[in-house]
Amino acid sequence: MGGYPILTAIIFTPLIGALLVLLTPARRPELARAVGMMASMATLGFAALLVWKFHTNFGGFQFTEHNRWFDSLGVGYIVGVDGFSLFMVLATAVLFPIGLLASAKMDERVKAYTFWFLMLEGAILGIFLSLDLIAFFVFWEAMLVPMYFLIAGWGSSNRKYAATKFFVYTAAGSAFLLAAAIALAFLHQSATGVLTFDYRVLANWTVSRSGLSTTTEYWLFFGFMAAFAIKLPLVPFHTWLPDVHTEAPTAGSVVLAGVILKLGAYGILRFAFGLFPHASVKFAPLFITLGVIGIVYGSIVAAMQKDAKRVIAYSSVAHMGFIVIGIFSLTVFGLDGASFTMVSHPLTTGALFLVIGMLYERRHTRQIDAFGGIWKSAPRLTALFLIATFAGIGLPAFSGFVGEFLSLLGTFAAHRWWAVVATTGVILGAVYMLWMFQRVFTGVPEGENATLADANGRELLVVVPLLALSLFIGLYPKPVLDRVEPTVKCVMRNFEQHADVVRPAADRMDLNGAKGCS
Amino acid sequence: MIAIAAPRVDWYSIAPVVTLVAAGLIIILFKAIARDRVRTYEPALLIGTIGLTVTAFFLTKQWSVVIDGGPTDSLAHMTALDGFSIFVGVVVVVSAILMLLLSSDYLVARGIQSRPEYVALVLFSAAGMLMMAGANDLIVVFVALEVLSIPLYVLAAYDRTRARSLEAGIKYFVLGAFSSAVLLYGVALTYGATGTTSLVGIQNFLSANVLSHEGTLLAGMVLLLVGLAFKVAAVPFHMWTPDVYEGAPSPVTAFMASATKAAGFAALIRILYTALPQYSADWRQLLFALAVLSLLGGSIGALFQTDLKRLLAYSSIGHAGYILIGVQSGTVKGVQSALVYLFVYAFMTIGAFAVVVALGGRDDLHAISDLRSYGRRRPVLAALLAFFLLAQAGIPPTAGFIAKLAVFSAAAAAHSYGLLIVGVVTSVIAAFFYLRVILTMYAAEDADETIPVDETPVAVGLPLATVLVVCVAMTIWVGVLPSIVIDFARDASLI
Repeated sequence: MGGYPILTAIIFTPLIGALLVLLTPARRPELARAVGMMASMATLGFAALLVWKFHTNFGGFQFTEHNRWFDSLGVGYIVGVDGFSLFMVLATAVLFPIGLLASAKMDERVKAYTFWFLMLEGAILGIFLSLDLIAFFVFWEAMLVPMYFLIAGWGSSNRKYAATKFFVYTAAGSAFLLAAAIALAFLHQSATGVLTFDYRVLANWTVSRSGLSTTTEYWLFFGFMAAFAIKLPLVPFHTWLPDVHTEAPTAGSVVLAGVILKLGAYGILRFAFGLFPHASVKFAPLFITLGVIGIVYGSIVAAMQKDAKRVIAYSSVAHMGFIVIGIFSLTVFGLDGASFTMVSHPLTTGALFLVIGMLYERRHTRQIDAFGGIWKSAPRLTALFLIATFAGIGLPAFSGFVGEFLSLLGTFAAHRWWAVVATTGVILGAVYMLWMFQRVFTGVPEGENATLADANGRELLVVVPLLALSLFIGLYPKPVLDRVEPTVKCVMRNFEQHADVVRPAADRMDLNGAKGCS
Repeated sequence: MIAIAAPRVDWYSIAPVVTLVAAGLIIILFKAIARDRVRTYEPALLIGTIGLTVTAFFLTKQWSVVIDGGPTDSLAHMTALDGFSIFVGVVVVVSAILMLLLSSDYLVARGIQSRPEYVALVLFSAAGMLMMAGANDLIVVFVALEVLSIPLYVLAAYDRTRARSLEAGIKYFVLGAFSSAVLLYGVALTYGATGTTSLVGIQNFLSANVLSHEGTLLAGMVLLLVGLAFKVAAVPFHMWTPDVYEGAPSPVTAFMASATKAAGFAALIRILYTALPQYSADWRQLLFALAVLSLLGGSIGALFQTDLKRLLAYSSIGHAGYILIGVQSGTVKGVQSALVYLFVYAFMTIGAFAVVVALGGRDDLHAISDLRSYGRRRPVLAALLAFFLLAQAGIPPTAGFIAKLAVFSAAAAAHSYGLLIVGVVTSVIAAFFYLRVILTMYAAEDADETIPVDETPVAVGLPLATVLVVCVAMTIWVGVLPSIVIDFARDASLI
């Protein structure tokens, strides 16, 4: 697929923007803001163009670019996009300008803040688009640094602890990812004589008969899964998430919940499934179980929280559980649902974090007890939060419903009783979210709550697009599913051909539509 | 009468060493003639810089000769001239130049007498290191070790009004002398077992004969390893490192961490790969233990440090462990990765010590807690220190990541999966203690705390700024476009 290198443009526009931000004088923060906004809007423009040009009914990689990087270690700069990464790129490109806009009132070291924010965007886009294991790892690891500085520099009171915890947890997981990736490449080299970290080459080799032995495949699979399970986060590796969410600045939380949590799921879909299909099938029940535990546990713990951000943080654990069960149901429905939730969750959770951030800017607290009766003083904020809540708990017509429904459908087809247990998460989700809404927004306002300023134009501009998008794809999911499903079918066909997966009869989707599978 | 035929001297192949020694001697003569009538330090610095530049020029010339004509040896096979010796020579010369640039600011700011002998000692030490890089005979290894070490003992104690510096010098001297003795014992035993001190001769002997009693040779090999493990600061022969690194003047510490390590590893690799390839199954086990201990000892020890220089000392021990991963693999690829690591580490560590020099601080102490809110007081220096620490932690896209990737790849290619796992796990521990420093600089508990007063704020002069710029540029450049260094190391390890 020739033409101009749009994927490279998407990755490097924010990075170049970050360097330009460095050149702006520190006395003129508005310049840094303007440059940051322009860079992230330009990235959004490229991403929108990408979605526009993306071929539907094609499951393989599109817009691939393959350049040499350092051959002596078998590393290349390879980027490409398929159904899994397309909407993650779009979600990233949407959330970053919104995050920048949401931090417009933040006036502490604006230049450095904008710099790190754009670096973070470039690194995340690089993760979603890289098809070389080392390039992927470079972006994966490089992403930690900006996130670390954003938390450590602009977080709340306990930020040192949170920043370190985030870095060390993630680095611990990715250390195993690196070891497994290197081991895989050299096993491939000793078998075929070719040293490469090209995902597509390695995937073709591992699924073939001459590929890995079963035990080796299991080891490498868990090396990769260590990184992804921590990032996801899967219970019991989730403990970093509430701490980091609570301490991160609002825009950081939005990005964290919106796209960084999706990196783990994306990693599973792309690398764990593609490289280790046998191991993925073999251990699917384990991960479904962990996912179900995550849903129930996350929902119950979320209900018990006193800090509004922690409620959303634990709700994210539950939502990630829905993604995991969808993925590991190994059905077209489930994978569709998981991919859809990955698109929907950034929109709904992003909106919730933004509204909570607005409340925090007004009251400098996030304790649920401290609020009450806000609907009288700030009706617009209340409406935003209520809509975001409905979208988040999966009310039909919003995007959350489509994703959760498809995930549960797939899981039901494959593992009926797990799906039954997981469904309680939907009810519990309504319980803790509505309960929080009730305590924060309804009742009789007292003290400061009675005189809270309502949402202004900028704040509406930040939240409304997210909710509108959620409603749009909730009512009309076809544009998303049309682009995701071919890739899902490719994955399922890969499983059927190489890992002897027999899909449950209920999952009747025809795989013949899968075209262009790599 | 036995007619002693003097070996033909191939001056060209030993030109770098000769140049450095000559430059050092000129400086000392100049001092002796000029006495105190004129300022002597600056001319000495000029002579030293010229000497190092000429050496670098010779090295590049030698490189093109070796690329075309293959490796040679001279002085009756005592010294080798090959890609490997040139690569290590480049690391040494570059480190020496950067170290001299660092010293100018340091000596002035600390009010330490800047004497021409300082420059001469650095040149002599560098000459010893170059000799070590090309040593093709155990005797030359020993002589080179002494030539490089004795100036370093003096340099470590150079700040002679400060007790810690003297302590560092004495400690380094006593333990260094002890390790030299151990190495010499190893040389003797190896000679006893094989009847030769030539590395090639040993290999020929061992491939032609099967030893009925391997005990002597194995003991000799172990003692050689111990002596060199001391120089490269590998656990459990690292005890001196934190004290000496802390006490020695910071530029000297930077030189020890970068160049001495390179020279020590050069000798280690040459002895093991040239003389003892038949015993690789044995020494790979020893190196495995050394690597694991160094990785764990370095990273865990660093967790408990409160002084920045001690922290860097422990991190240097950890880095020795990573380099040992490459050496342990016993393959050309392993040598290549060790070379890449040495090259990259030189810039990362000199850069970090350059920031330490710029920090100032009374009595040359650098408590990590004094760095509080440094991010606000000296934003550029703080950012640079954070950068070098992240690079040492191996975070992409810095050169530190490429170095780690290279040694891990070598380990995987040699199926040393155990080392690979230990390596990645310790790199997480390492990330933790580097982050602690960075956090201290950037995330102050509360904004209005009493900010410690800068006792001796060092103005960043042009030489120091040059060092910082070079180190940052190299660390980023190798991190983003590593091909040149990796290919350079590959060519160097093949010829």
